[in-house]
Amino acid sequence: MAEANYPQDLLYHPEHDWARIEGETAALGITWYAQDALGEVVFFDPPAVGTTLVKDEPYAEVESVKAVSDVLAPLSGEIVEVNGDLAGDPGAINEDPYGEGWLVKIRIADPAEREALLDADAYAATLGG
Amino acid sequence: MATASSTLRRTALYDNHVAAGAKLVEFAGWEMPIQYGGVREEHMAVRENLGVFDVSHMGEIETAGPGAEALLQRLLSNDVAKLPIGGAQYSVLCREDGGVLDDLFTYRLQVDRYLTVTNAANHERDLAWFRTHAEAGDFGKVEVTDRIDDYAMLAVQGPRARELVQAISDAPLPARMTAATRRLAGAQVLVCGTGYTGEDGVEMLAAPRDAPILWDELLRRGAVPTGLAARDTLRLEACYHLYGNDLCTERGPIEAGLGWCCKEDAGFIGAEAVRAAREAASGGAGASGGAGGSSGSEGGVGEMDRRPEKLVAFTIEGPGIARQGNPVVGGGEVTSGTLSPSLGMGIGMAYVPAARAALGTRLQIDVRGKIRTAVVKEKPLYRKGT
Repeated sequence: MAEANYPQDLLYHPEHDWARIEGETAALGITWYAQDALGEVVFFDPPAVGTTLVKDEPYAEVESVKAVSDVLAPLSGEIVEVNGDLAGDPGAINEDPYGEGWLVKIRIADPAEREALLDADAYAATLGG
Repeated sequence: MATASSTLRRTALYDNHVAAGAKLVEFAGWEMPIQYGGVREEHMAVRENLGVFDVSHMGEIETAGPGAEALLQRLLSNDVAKLPIGGAQYSVLCREDGGVLDDLFTYRLQVDRYLTVTNAANHERDLAWFRTHAEAGDFGKVEVTDRIDDYAMLAVQGPRARELVQAISDAPLPARMTAATRRLAGAQVLVCGTGYTGEDGVEMLAAPRDAPILWDELLRRGAVPTGLAARDTLRLEACYHLYGNDLCTERGPIEAGLGWCCKEDAGFIGAEAVRAAREAASGGAGASGGAGGSSGSEGGVGEMDRRPEKLVAFTIEGPGIARQGNPVVGGGEVTSGTLSPSLGMGIGMAYVPAARAALGTRLQIDVRGKIRTAVVKEKPLYRKGT
């Protein structure tokens, strides 16, 4: 997607990660800003199902041709699913960062942690003009 | 974002880059286009068609006068006496201990006038080195002049590069490894049959005020603007060294595989150290040795090998991309690594102990805690038609 876009139904971590909370689970990914700064993603090495994520800690890496970038967990939890399609098509992280480009799904460990995340407008405001 | 500091230097093509939608980044004190559209697209444009790079951040040093040849013979590793008028020659600049200060192309413009192209990050140091030795030595009259502000530099590379540049030239283009002054789109340009991509093409040195005209004309005729990110993936597929990655003052040209451009008998600074390294490299495995830099416990190397380490090219087996600084298990380190857009796999270059440098050797690379297997491959990693 060519234009900056921050959907209203997601919660955002200031380090450019998003969470889509659905009941006790959440899908996680990186924001439009993050993928744009990184450039074409050429490799995503997912962590294993069952891995424990700690809020604010890196849990995976996405790589562009030029650089490696840590992905931080916006919420704590245990990975219940990883996006296996990204192995063959990491470019989905650029083309559809909130849809086909999701990275992992977790079982949320502490629902209260969501209070620390930003809504779309607050996140967009951190990016400045 | 886009907070370009005013302390960064801009090339004569800055406005053209902005107009072409470039993502600009700091590189060696310059604000340079890292990419325009996408790296892979730009990379493949150069492999299949043609691309144009602004490399005006590179420096130029002019060495002129009756003592120019003798000074350059002392500074540059190659045999400068063999460089014909209108010729181009690659060499390294060494310290006394053989450590590499820079790698350079030198063009002989006239009988006693030479132009040497430097890496942006090393330009000031190179210039000081040239001047110090010009003043200290007994070379006859020789003048060293900083020409960085007098030239913009464009590289047009790819299978269609020559054809396109020829179409705007007043005379046939110089052959590979030669240089000549031509009029291109009305501008006087030093055209050089050199490049850094593994493709045919030319590099062009022009007055900064003429650079935008050239750039626009090349784009109008179909050249794809290509950024520094693609330049890096192209050069790494071709196994060209990048100073600061694969070359540094702590390592010599023999280890780097650049012995071919070192002519010790020509008497350059560092020649004795380079000669010793060359002899050690061909000497085979020594009988005894100290720690040898091998920290692994995997054994396998029967007797201690005292040959210096060697820069090898590798591809990664399976997923993963090794990067600069990743250690090789058992000794050595990756100095350049990326995903090869042409080959679709991780590639790179690494310094490894000589015993592990043979083609086909499997290397274990520690990529931020994950062990990836790499195989030592023949250079270049990408060849036309593969």
